[in-house]
Amino acid sequence: MSRQSNRTTDSKKMNSELFTLTYGALVTQLCKDYENDEEVNKQLDKMGYNIGVRLIEDFLARSSIGRCQDFRETADVIAKVAFKMYLGITPSVTNWSPAGDEFSLILENNPLVDFVELPDNHSTLIYSNLLCGVLRGALEMVQMAVDVKFAQDTLRGDNVTEIRMKFIKRIEENLPAGDE
Amino acid sequence: MADEAPFQFLHNEMIQYIYKTAENGETENGRNITKLETMGFRVGQGLIERLTKDTARYKDELDVMKFICKDFWTCVFKKQIDNLRTNHQGIYVLQDNKFRLLSQMSAGKQYLDQAPKYLAFTCGLVRGGLSNLGVKSIVTAEVSVMPACKFQVMIQKV
Repeated sequence: MSRQSNRTTDSKKMNSELFTLTYGALVTQLCKDYENDEEVNKQLDKMGYNIGVRLIEDFLARSSIGRCQDFRETADVIAKVAFKMYLGITPSVTNWSPAGDEFSLILENNPLVDFVELPDNHSTLIYSNLLCGVLRGALEMVQMAVDVKFAQDTLRGDNVTEIRMKFIKRIEENLPAGDE
Repeated sequence: MADEAPFQFLHNEMIQYIYKTAENGETENGRNITKLETMGFRVGQGLIERLTKDTARYKDELDVMKFICKDFWTCVFKKQIDNLRTNHQGIYVLQDNKFRLLSQMSAGKQYLDQAPKYLAFTCGLVRGGLSNLGVKSIVTAEVSVMPACKFQVMIQKV
């Protein structure tokens, strides 16, 4: 029955809508709790970080991708595997810096902002800031310190959403004192 | 399924946030549960609007509950409700033997006291869904052995 097949494709979309709507409820709650947007942004980043440090294990378990050789490979894995797996979109990797330590992820459409409009009194709110925290937390667990921020945001009038990621340093694994 | 993971992580993080930002310890438990339930309510309302856009009107209450148990639950948790019971007087009990949001937590009695936190959002989800289908209700949940849990829906006759 054609109705059946509608259901299966719909259910995948519905699941991302569940996530989108839940995220919206969360941001609304945060805006209620904190008076200014900066606090909300910080809180979203922190929550994203907590999610990221757990998500990386889930990701590595599901994808069985080995260690990335360099930052370029990391960027490709993030865009083509991770984003596809969890959000169903494949951002493009562009704007590499000459030193190869900074790049941009361009998202044509951001599933988090479906049905969302920013009211005027929240013009400095970085609505999808959770994503920055997630990326930062996940990469920290694989020994990479990165700085992640939004360069462009469709909610604030830009054409695309652009996330800028900068490699800061490799985190050395610290063995507890007393080990060889 | 990989697309369940973001929601589960987000859900757990939300619960952590609500509890961390509460001022007092034990005394705020009710308030936190209410906050989570209210968030679930809004999400449930929105979700049911998207889900039932093209479906026909429901004949009666029982039809609505069956929809919740089958299509709604499948959409949110990728499985159906295992058992639906009713006294035909407005009380329905939905039993899920392997509730997705609890199955990673424990398989028995451990952490039983933490379970209500993880059910509040879903209670709101069901209440919100029913509300936008024209059914006013009160939804509560109970767990005796994880990860099985029962959601009790009491229809409010307006």
